[in-house]
Amino acid sequence: MPGRIWRRISEVLAEALNGWLRKFPAWPIYIVAPLPAVFLFWQGVAGTLGPDPVRAIEQQTGLYALQLLIAGLAVTPLRRFAGVNLLKFRRAIGIMAFSYVALHLSTWLVLDMGLYLSQALGDVVKRPYITLGMAAFLMLVPLVATSNDRALRRLGALRWRKLHRLTYPAAVLAAVHFVWLVKAWPLQPFLYLGAVVGLLALRVKPKRRAPDAARGAVSP
Amino acid sequence: MRRTASRLTWADVTPKAAFLNRRSLIAGAAGLALASPALAKLSYVKSRYSTDAAPNSFEDITSYNNFYEFGLGKEDPAENAGALTVDPWSVAIDGLVEKPGNYDLADLLKGVALEERIYRFRCVEAWSMVVPWIGFPLSQLLDRVGVQPGGKYVAMETLVRPKEMPGQASAILDWPYREGLRLDEAMHPLTILATGLYGEEMPKQNGAPIRLVVPWKYGFKSIKSVVRISLTDKEPQTTWNMQNPNEYGFYSNVNPEIDHPRWSQATERRIGAGLFGGRQPTLMFNGYGDEVAGLYAGQDLAKDF
Repeated sequence: MPGRIWRRISEVLAEALNGWLRKFPAWPIYIVAPLPAVFLFWQGVAGTLGPDPVRAIEQQTGLYALQLLIAGLAVTPLRRFAGVNLLKFRRAIGIMAFSYVALHLSTWLVLDMGLYLSQALGDVVKRPYITLGMAAFLMLVPLVATSNDRALRRLGALRWRKLHRLTYPAAVLAAVHFVWLVKAWPLQPFLYLGAVVGLLALRVKPKRRAPDAARGAVSP
Repeated sequence: MRRTASRLTWADVTPKAAFLNRRSLIAGAAGLALASPALAKLSYVKSRYSTDAAPNSFEDITSYNNFYEFGLGKEDPAENAGALTVDPWSVAIDGLVEKPGNYDLADLLKGVALEERIYRFRCVEAWSMVVPWIGFPLSQLLDRVGVQPGGKYVAMETLVRPKEMPGQASAILDWPYREGLRLDEAMHPLTILATGLYGEEMPKQNGAPIRLVVPWKYGFKSIKSVVRISLTDKEPQTTWNMQNPNEYGFYSNVNPEIDHPRWSQATERRIGAGLFGGRQPTLMFNGYGDEVAGLYAGQDLAKDF
């Protein structure tokens, strides 16, 4: 049957990819992922980000944060449905996602709002899209604080995993924050929201699974 | 900065005839057809309505635009507006006017004394610029075509030409872009039709060849690339109000006390101020209160936002 052949091919490919990925450590992510931010700020200081460098940095750090959140959410479905195992990179991806969220927030607070801290605080309370963004940030704080082996041991795997499901609402809020802040209805924010919702939907396990559904591709 | 300096040199030192002559020589040398779309220098007088604030650079003004006909990004208009045909250009003037018709742009500008109006420009998105527009009061045109006694509002429309305006391929807004003013706002001496900036013909991304500029209102009221001016007896529909009536009112006067539902309007960021430019307080009527506050005497600006 062609279906079986394809499944076999994808298994072989996933195996090869996993074997290759095993050779890579996770630590280079901590060096490579910050590079775009360094470049962005360097451009901002050099004056090559166009007429409004503040807005450019604000938007770009927000986009990187969303992209990294989505990358983190993609790890489990990739393992489950494609057999590709990126689990050992997930902590680094998550910590980098948080770093970009923090950078995005600081850019808004320091460069965009300037010294108008009371207006900034007022906006956090009064402007729903800023409230959502801030809520997403706060949800990620306990996650970054427990993104280490010690915290994992202390909490126990079960509680740790439960806590880290906060990523789900945080990613949804972050994407809605994007949809809500733009004028009119451009496509791009919806693509991000769609990616988040799609990756979360893949986690919903059907109550009664057909005996052979989605079994073939489970990783060893 | 550099641009400002060169502008002063041109205007103050070089006689226009010599300048034009030189330009034609350059164009000739470049082989006319190949010459880049050199913008013609306009002759104009200064105006007492100009602010003494330093204008933004030509670069800022022409590379940071909201002109959804050419895309949603601020850089899109500069990238995509090049294909727009601005000559020939005609403007339909209709509705409650004495002399309706399709006017060629050259006819509209015949005998008009262009002025430089350096205005503050405040976008509803809470950023601002200072722009040295070249234009003339809308009231002059309305006087020439004659407003009938029943005319109470002025409605305007932007060109619809999806072939040259790629943004119109999507229904992001209900094209054509529409804007409007109450007649007294339209007749106010601060309200101009602009045909240029920095002493040159209007760059396409800024609304060539002719656009409205109403400096005490949020930028989206200053409709670009105008092809229709109608005098009506009823408040006309306006694009952003149609899009989201809770967020964008017909008046849309700059007002630091009336927040946009999704962001504060109390302060603004000056484009061109750089990475650490911070914010400055937004002024009532964008600082033109002395001139225009009287137009709204007795009106509740929280209701008529």
